[in-house]
Amino acid sequence: MEQFFQQLTNGLAVGGIYALIALGYTMVYGVLKLINFAHGDLFSIGAYLGLTLLLSMGLFDKIGALASVLLLVVMVMVLVAIIGALLERVAYKPLRQSHRLTAVVSALGASIFFQNAIMAIYGPGLLVYPHDLLPRIAVNIFGVDIPLMRIVMFLASVVLMAALYFFIQKTKIGTAIRAVAIDQGAARLMGINVDRVIMLVFCIGPALGGSAGLMVGLYYGQINFNMGWMYGLKAFTAAILGGIGNIPGAMLGGLLLGVIEAMGAAYISIAWKDALSFGVLILILIARPTGLLGERVAEKV
Amino acid sequence: MLLSIKNLRVNYGNVEALHGISLQVDAGEIVTILGANGAGKSTTLNAISGLVHITDGSIDFQGTALHTLPAHEIVKFKITQSPEGRRVFGTLTVEENLMLGAFTSANPERIAASKQWIFELFPRLEERRKQLAGTLSGGEQQMLAIGRALMSNPKILLLDEPSLGLAPILVKSIFETVKTINKAGVTVILVEQNAKAALKLAHRGYVMEVGNIVLADSAENLLKNKQVQRAYLGGGH
Repeated sequence: MEQFFQQLTNGLAVGGIYALIALGYTMVYGVLKLINFAHGDLFSIGAYLGLTLLLSMGLFDKIGALASVLLLVVMVMVLVAIIGALLERVAYKPLRQSHRLTAVVSALGASIFFQNAIMAIYGPGLLVYPHDLLPRIAVNIFGVDIPLMRIVMFLASVVLMAALYFFIQKTKIGTAIRAVAIDQGAARLMGINVDRVIMLVFCIGPALGGSAGLMVGLYYGQINFNMGWMYGLKAFTAAILGGIGNIPGAMLGGLLLGVIEAMGAAYISIAWKDALSFGVLILILIARPTGLLGERVAEKV
Repeated sequence: MLLSIKNLRVNYGNVEALHGISLQVDAGEIVTILGANGAGKSTTLNAISGLVHITDGSIDFQGTALHTLPAHEIVKFKITQSPEGRRVFGTLTVEENLMLGAFTSANPERIAASKQWIFELFPRLEERRKQLAGTLSGGEQQMLAIGRALMSNPKILLLDEPSLGLAPILVKSIFETVKTINKAGVTVILVEQNAKAALKLAHRGYVMEVGNIVLADSAENLLKNKQVQRAYLGGGH
């Protein structure tokens, strides 16, 4: 029972990370029908920028752990959002009228560019976050010791997801984003500046992905230049699992995939962890290609 | 004159869809554009709305060169469109669709008043406020498309084929509502295949054939015109 509870919380924490990254894939797919293959690398950039800011500003000594983490999250989100907007401007906007495959190739190119840029700047080896920054305490829940940071990480991702959900569902701009995802021409007729909405989506998605990168750095302590590849693929799987283009689907898919993976690693074999995740991807593509929450509404024409 | 189009040309790739058409609309009018499929009616409306790029000519609205503006700017000049095929946002609620229609207006009182008026015009929409637009019937979706276009208090309402695919009784009621909307001071440009109903409603009409305007007259005269009767009204033996 203890192992089960440990793995469940572990899976939820990792799943929260997957979900945050998956939101970027799914939102971009929603408005542009494009898989942004460079998204995983924006996640890596978040981890690296976080480390640079952390080391160069010496925040933890000055303002304490909690305030430092909050400030880091905000700074990383803003910076990665700017990089995301630039990516859209340079790699995707000029190709808006071209064939869809052209944009996919551009996305792969952008991914290779980012990976090599990180490697050129930070070097090919592993980098480590200072490991004495955050308290290594455990919280006792139902008689099981859960690391505090695991809980904090999970809660942080939940808070970000809830904020996004509120923004998308309840605000005027959020509704405009949903409208653009449904019908760009009709959205234009409403007076919505579609180009600006697309740019906004390319700020929000990368900001969430970048914050996930920072969390991974803080939690696991190790980062490397191609970490975005595996996390990106997992998050992409999560987005498909929940139904690509569907925002609650990405959240559900991420958390579910995290838990499946953690359980698989504990009860089957840790060597099969990744195989299990991608097995889930293949299964969902065969059995329910629209994902768990995809296409719930039958539209009358 | 409210809206003046001069020598408008539009290309789709290498094919010219409009060969330099000119038309005028005065404030308070209902002007209908008739013609067969592919005559260029929808293209004309989409050129006014800024959804298609024009290759030549001009569209002037009270001294503003509309053809130089992107679609989302044109809405701010209070020219809105209820597009062909309705194109409501299917996975959004009726209310959310209406609120998107008011996207460019910032005044909550005006928005509330518009919504109130639209619910008076189409009580069905009020009953179905919380329902997803994609689950509405065709007629209700058409009401929503028109209501959505009215949310920003337009001066000019562009209506593209509002009768398409609707039962005759619904067509009649939609056309009655268009008349009410016009009486409230909204200028209407109506594109229709249902020529008879459109001409009975409109003050003036233009007849289009393969990218040209071939006739322009008062609705009354067009109804009596032998050529129009033969081609569009199914009469004149």
